[in-house]
Amino acid sequence: MIRVVLPAHLRTLAEVEREVLLALEGPVTLRSILEALEACHPVLRGTIRDPVTHKRRPLVRFFACEQDWSHASSDAPLPAAVADGSEPLLIVGAMAGG
Amino acid sequence: MSRVRVLVGTRKGAFILTADGRRQQWEITGPHFAGWEIYHLKGSPLNPNRLYASQTSSWFGQVIQRSNDGGATWEAVGKDFNYEGTPGTHQWYDGTQHPWEFKRIWHLEPSLTEPETVYAGAEDAALFRSADGGQTWQELAGLRAAKGHLWQPGAGGMGLHTIVIDPTDPRRIYIAISAAGAFRTDDAGATWRPINRGLKSLYELPDPDAEVGHCVHRIAMHPSRPGVLFMQKHWDIMRSDDAGGEWREVSGNLPSDFGFPIDVHAHEPETIYVVPIKSDSEHFPPEGKLRVYRSRTGGNEWEPLTAGLPQQDCYVNVLRDAMAVDSLDPCGIYFGTTGGQVYASPDSGDHWAPIVRDLPAVLSVEVQTLP
Repeated sequence: MIRVVLPAHLRTLAEVEREVLLALEGPVTLRSILEALEACHPVLRGTIRDPVTHKRRPLVRFFACEQDWSHASSDAPLPAAVADGSEPLLIVGAMAGG
Repeated sequence: MSRVRVLVGTRKGAFILTADGRRQQWEITGPHFAGWEIYHLKGSPLNPNRLYASQTSSWFGQVIQRSNDGGATWEAVGKDFNYEGTPGTHQWYDGTQHPWEFKRIWHLEPSLTEPETVYAGAEDAALFRSADGGQTWQELAGLRAAKGHLWQPGAGGMGLHTIVIDPTDPRRIYIAISAAGAFRTDDAGATWRPINRGLKSLYELPDPDAEVGHCVHRIAMHPSRPGVLFMQKHWDIMRSDDAGGEWREVSGNLPSDFGFPIDVHAHEPETIYVVPIKSDSEHFPPEGKLRVYRSRTGGNEWEPLTAGLPQQDCYVNVLRDAMAVDSLDPCGIYFGTTGGQVYASPDSGDHWAPIVRDLPAVLSVEVQTLP
């Protein structure tokens, strides 16, 4: 199972725990994970990426295995540790600063 | 005995305050949607348990929530706010044209006549309508044809924040937009015209009498006289007796005519309320005294209402959507502050007391009078 950690605002919106488990077939990419996540929790559609263009919202970040994947292609394979579930994909709200 | 339900939107969630008709003992629930900005909540006048909430985040975008049980439970409904056709452009800070971009919903206004119809005011400024209880939204794009290419956002964003429906003619709707002005439709939103004649913006616009560009903060109407409108502009309290055809200033003896909200007494169409703020650069009450001002003459002659309000060292603001009146007798007046207080007066403003003191900054206050 793929593990996805959601930020607090999206947990309360989707009424889920900190970590969401997703079953995926095929390549494990940002696109395939987000499509599975939105299919399981339609209320999240549009909160992480634009619902039409699928462009990442500006203040959302994707971290995995201590790497920033925010600027990677959404079709790039994520690390094997994410694919085998030993590491989560972190969806993070960017720091507000201050 | 009748009850009241006060719907409070804040920077970090929504709160619902309820009391019986005496309005002395309050029950508070919330935060609903904790951590999210709740720009506005409003109930349907046709079905008071049907509530809508605008839930927004700079990080995660727009959500519209709907309740069918007075706010006990909620469901997310449609949030696809697509500008009609090619969105086009409006004036930008650097003098260029800039594409319309959806940012958030500032205000939700349920229809007075159709139970499943609700209007939504957006930033960047546009008016959307849903005929299915918020599941799907369609833009009333004729509004942006009213010289939209000349509208330019102010520092607070180009939000459509005021929607006032004529109770005698649902085809007539008034709206107001920050730094663009007031507009009216007489054909249910198909076509619109600016209604800004008489507004003067001496220091905000190169042409103080411009047809569009005035920073209207709020418009209020009494349902018994839908052609009489009261306006809190950036500066100036204004009044129109011909449905916005012409405005005249009624600021009179106010200590400052800058402010955000304006409202009308439920049973006295000539009694109006404002909260003077020192200036556009100092968004707090003059002299550190939080005073609601009441005019019983439709403007010009104002009296301060201070009993129960802090009269020293008070430096909060009261935002445009953060004042409301109930329809009990005597009329109750409510407002919320950026300091997190929600004040209520059960006697038309003569005496005030805080319902709650320590909420997040209050963005909006609405009240429902329930049987």
